[in-house]
Amino acid sequence: MNMRTEHEIHNRRRGRNVGVGLMLGAFVILVMVLTFVKITQTDFTKAMGAPAPQSQESN
Amino acid sequence: MTDITNTPAAEHEAQLGDYFALFKPRVMQLVVFTALVGMLAAPVSVHPVVGFAAILFVAIGAGASGALNMWWDADIDQIMRRTQSRPIPAGKVQPGEALALGVALSGMSVMMLGLAANLLAAAMLLFTILFYAVFYTMWLKRRTPQNIVIGGAAGAFPPVIGWIIATGSFSIEAWLMFALIFMWTPPHFWALALFMRSDYDDADVPMLTVTHGRPATRRHILAYTMVLAVLAVGTGFTAIGGWIYLSFAIVLNAMFLLGAYRIWQRDEDASEADNYKVERKFFRLSLFYLFLHFGAILVEATLRPWGLGGW
Repeated sequence: MNMRTEHEIHNRRRGRNVGVGLMLGAFVILVMVLTFVKITQTDFTKAMGAPAPQSQESN
Repeated sequence: MTDITNTPAAEHEAQLGDYFALFKPRVMQLVVFTALVGMLAAPVSVHPVVGFAAILFVAIGAGASGALNMWWDADIDQIMRRTQSRPIPAGKVQPGEALALGVALSGMSVMMLGLAANLLAAAMLLFTILFYAVFYTMWLKRRTPQNIVIGGAAGAFPPVIGWIIATGSFSIEAWLMFALIFMWTPPHFWALALFMRSDYDDADVPMLTVTHGRPATRRHILAYTMVLAVLAVGTGFTAIGGWIYLSFAIVLNAMFLLGAYRIWQRDEDASEADNYKVERKFFRLSLFYLFLHFGAILVEATLRPWGLGGW
């Protein structure tokens, strides 16, 4: 029985898996950068200065 | 002897490029470009990261709807010469994979666009995906010769989405860019149907050439091109136009009108004699036509901050 550890199909699969991995990594980085931009663009001072929501009083 | 390459799964195992081909990369180019122009032509500036992410999610949404289109149309793609090498008819990707990828990426792109830009842009992207994948692909395409006319709207929404990404609202300028693509699509595809003679007949797709005949298709090309020319030149006098756009529009529409007029004048014998030379030339021009119009809108928008673009 001829069993090779490295076969052409392994290389092809590796190429595909690396591609998917890189795309997922890029997506994670994009979401991180987008979150950073959204947070720094938002004016939180205004929100903190706004009147606090009335809490419900329990009887 | 055991050979891993002898298994059917290994023979047809898809590569990353095969999955990417499901997204119709050429259509995606047009979507990305027109959505980008729509976003940059808007009178509100967008943070570069937000803009990049938003256009990326629009592109992914467009690609996902392309995958859904290929999943549904696999049977006719196998018949038409133009589409035989697509991943599903070529046996590289299974139909179920295309469906799963299409549905998953549609949901992801809409959700992410909502988070990156605004809910109206996300809703518009969802509407566009459903319009193309369900309304056009599943319903209209095989039922009416107006398939291209109404289906063309799906390809016309990206600049509107781009505009909404920046402004969060609709406007007349956004709808003018929509109208430009909407009116351009039928003459573009009808010219293709004229010289790709038997493809649509063989696949039983009711293109105008099949249902109403080729002379009627030639008349329709001229009529749509005349309306398109008025719209395209008229856009030059709005807020997204300017003298650069107007100059381009006048030259391009004169050439486009001349091409449509020549197509209308010819009969089948004349076309067959020179292997549809005029129709092919008109089709090639139509590709440049749209890119140059939107390119001119982009130039106007880019120059505006320096007081050069616009009126």
